[in-house]
Amino acid sequence: MTPALAVTDLEVVFDRFRALKGVSITVQPGESFGLVGESGSGKSTLLRAVAGLAPVASGTITLDGKPLGRRRDKAFYAKVQMVFQDPYGSLHPRQTVDRLLQEPLAVHGIGDGEKRIQRALDEVGLGAGFRFRYSHQLSGGQRQRVAIARALILEPSILLLDEPTSALDASVQAEVLNLLEQVRRDRALTFLMVSHDLAVVTHMCGRLAVMQNGEVVETLASPDLAAHRVEKDYTKRLLNASGGFVRDDDSSARSAHEA
Amino acid sequence: MSMTGQAMTRREWLLSERPASRMQARLGRAYVTWRRFSANRLAMVGLFIIVALLVVAALADVLATHSPYIGDLKNARLLPPSADHWFGTDDLGRDIYTRIVHGSRLTLFVVVLVAIIAAPVGLAVGTVAGYAGGWVDAVLMRVTDIFLAFPKLVLALAFVAALGPGIENAVLAIAITSWPPYARIARAETLTVRNSDFIKAVELMGASPFRIVLRHIMPLCLSSLIVRVTLDMAGIILTAAGLGFLGLGAQPPLPEWGAMIASGRRFILDQWWVAGAPGFAILVVSLGFNLLGDGLRDALDPRSGDQ
Repeated sequence: MTPALAVTDLEVVFDRFRALKGVSITVQPGESFGLVGESGSGKSTLLRAVAGLAPVASGTITLDGKPLGRRRDKAFYAKVQMVFQDPYGSLHPRQTVDRLLQEPLAVHGIGDGEKRIQRALDEVGLGAGFRFRYSHQLSGGQRQRVAIARALILEPSILLLDEPTSALDASVQAEVLNLLEQVRRDRALTFLMVSHDLAVVTHMCGRLAVMQNGEVVETLASPDLAAHRVEKDYTKRLLNASGGFVRDDDSSARSAHEA
Repeated sequence: MSMTGQAMTRREWLLSERPASRMQARLGRAYVTWRRFSANRLAMVGLFIIVALLVVAALADVLATHSPYIGDLKNARLLPPSADHWFGTDDLGRDIYTRIVHGSRLTLFVVVLVAIIAAPVGLAVGTVAGYAGGWVDAVLMRVTDIFLAFPKLVLALAFVAALGPGIENAVLAIAITSWPPYARIARAETLTVRNSDFIKAVELMGASPFRIVLRHIMPLCLSSLIVRVTLDMAGIILTAAGLGFLGLGAQPPLPEWGAMIASGRRFILDQWWVAGAPGFAILVVSLGFNLLGDGLRDALDPRSGDQ
């Protein structure tokens, strides 16, 4: 099976700083792949490099087996969309939700805007009442829903998620994560998700890569991470550091909830 | 919904948290800005002055009591203010009040023309330079620096001297010298937003740089630019008056306020009203624009409140 997304020996250099040092990952179609690591480990940079927002020095990124050039074309953007970390910064401050959602349709020359916007808003659970609001009239969670609607309106097959919930408070976090899980199932999307929250990643992702200093330390399946079956020291330390996650009652409560 | 719809006042409709149409959202936003603006007394005074200027210019033919060009040289030279000649008459026996009323058209002409030439040029240069970066930025900003380095009035003088005196050339000269500050403002504003996520998000839709600058960056630069242009209006009026004063702006017998002061200079000690009345008109209108600009800054400033 051709992977939906394959990154091979990717190097990203900002001025002289090597942000990524030969990173390789493969993401299968329909899979949800997580990237975890401490701040500055290069996980967001990897995501941005895939999106074409970071300067790639060497290495290849292939999408459905086809290598991507330096400049992305419109077909790429119709296939890959991104949800940003900060919902307060990712929505234009002077545009209504309607304008925000219209923009991708206008750029790609898609005609049935009316219907698509309606459907996208329904899909993220906002409904028509939010359509003509400005972003300052929305809460953080609502903003992130709009950002997700905007990413979905072009009907991409891959969604890049850059810590989509870390700027939200805990109760809203769960709602947004459930929403993402829902749309992934409905649309058979492939996720590449960055998070520093191990609980979120194990909940959302099937496999994940642990990153440190611009390198992939270890790639493992999330049940292994949940069960602490990890090999590298760094991953162990990362697990210990996220103390709240290792409590036994917490994980058993969650599995009971899931059952 | 229809129940609440009937009970809703116009104000509630404007301030609705859930606008039902594009129009309502836009009007609601305008209303909020207006409320913030109208809370400022001085700004309202400024607005009143500018509206009065517009009305006077529009109704100049009705408001004028005499002809602005033809005076009574025999009987009415340099008369002091009286019931017949409210602001007195000048050395050619022309009614000064009438000339000031007609001069308001010239003032508006200059101000509006300079604003619609200089502001878009500055906006375009600044946003393109700020968004493109690299050598485009360097070239455009060095050109801007060169224009900024010239003393404004001297450059305007040079242009008018080359193109010939006249109000159109004065407008052109002022416009050419007044766009660089707008370019700087627009560039600074662009630099603060170009790396923000909402611009990245539009880039990730595959939007062209042209579209991003025009539809996403320019609207954000617009409010600070409007404020700056309004505040500059006073300066534009003064520069136009200065050119008129030097004999390089409006030519006689056009009732341009600066030229009127220049011609009244000779009598300033004995017949103060000849230079004083147009001087006072310039003062009031400049003050009006400044007050309006200050009010707009408070109302439109994107950094204040939830704008």
